[in-house]
Amino acid sequence: MEHIELFFKSIFIDNMVFATFLGMCSYLAVSKKVTTAVGLGAAVIFVLAITVPLNWLLDQYILQPGALSWLGEEYAAYDLSFLSFIMFIATIATMVQLVEIIVEKFSPSLYNSLGIFLPLIAVNCAILGGSLFMQSREIASLGLATTYGIGSGIGWFLAILAIAAIREKIRYSNVPPALRGLGITFIITGLMAIGFMSFGGMLTGGDEEGEALENKNGAQIKTVKDSSTTNEIANNTKVIE
Amino acid sequence: MGKDTKLILDPLADNNPITIQVLGICSALAITAELEASIVMSISVLFVLGVGNVVISLMRNIIPSKIRIIVQLIVVATLVIIVDLVLKAFAYELSKTLSVFVGLIITNCIIMGRFEAFALGNGPWRSFLDGIGNSLGYAVILIIVGFFRELLGSGTLLGIKILGDPVAKTGLYAFGYENNGFMLLSPMALIVVGIIIWVQRTRNKALIED
Repeated sequence: MEHIELFFKSIFIDNMVFATFLGMCSYLAVSKKVTTAVGLGAAVIFVLAITVPLNWLLDQYILQPGALSWLGEEYAAYDLSFLSFIMFIATIATMVQLVEIIVEKFSPSLYNSLGIFLPLIAVNCAILGGSLFMQSREIASLGLATTYGIGSGIGWFLAILAIAAIREKIRYSNVPPALRGLGITFIITGLMAIGFMSFGGMLTGGDEEGEALENKNGAQIKTVKDSSTTNEIANNTKVIE
Repeated sequence: MGKDTKLILDPLADNNPITIQVLGICSALAITAELEASIVMSISVLFVLGVGNVVISLMRNIIPSKIRIIVQLIVVATLVIIVDLVLKAFAYELSKTLSVFVGLIITNCIIMGRFEAFALGNGPWRSFLDGIGNSLGYAVILIIVGFFRELLGSGTLLGIKILGDPVAKTGLYAFGYENNGFMLLSPMALIVVGIIIWVQRTRNKALIED
């Protein structure tokens, strides 16, 4: 149950692109054609599903205050959390290289379709963002971290697929010249984000049981101030009722 | 106009990193609900890009090109850790608001983009100017977006009540003005940037795409 909840929450409510604007650069740059968008989206799901659990282990057993206690009593007082940025990014860069080599060796056809995008992914903020949100929301177990990684990846995939499809169609429309290209893409993404905000009601459901669930959820996963759009929406629905 | 002045002035408008080069959008949108956060974020990027460009430019002849991405990431990550620790020490509340977005400066495409496009091929002084120019261009957009979102969304600027007190009904609120709470939600950042792009390209026809 916990897994399903987190899965849908990370796809729709905390969508990487529409709620936290992560990975916008590649989202805008690679969304001109649906086929390339699918390739990049698949690569993002793949890399997130590997790096988030890996960084979870790193965070749990090396970086957190007191995490080194498995080495012995005298290490229990160490707090290496200031190293998390450098450790996370190093893990991501290494994993991306490793994945690239493995895929090239064992599945040349997959490599040909993902190949060009894999190196790009090391500097995609959705990947590092996934790990940093995993850390700041204090996700409780390795399984949940994997679910979170896959869910966020699918959310990003859906977003880039949708914008690529819209951009293919919009080429035939009469957009004001100054808005063509980048400008109209921004505004469409804004409108899509407003649409995605309506998923905020999915977990609250509007009834008391749902609100209890949301409260429990809020206690479990500590959301930081600027990512708490879910709670804001939940509050809005209460006011409307 | 001298070459060096051009390096600083160009990114402010006609070669703006956000609206023209499409770099560094992620953090630009997420933290602009308040003007203060936008300013702090701009200063952090100014520091990281200015210093990072110089460091990379000094090392440009000894970095093997195969591992340059990893070298760049390590340089940026070190600088960002410094920024993060300074923010936590001197502006704790603000660092909570910025949360993971300070860490995300590492993968901010402006930084990697300028390293790749400029610092790897130019001397330290020109790289420094390029870094300053581009981060100022980034700052301009962040501050415009933060200004409008905070003014229209909560009627304040840097936390000071500009339009009167919404509870006591003074100032503009006495005439029935209401805050537009929608401006504080994330989608509006995208739409405000879209409008900035629209205005900029209407004024300068040369920038219009296809």
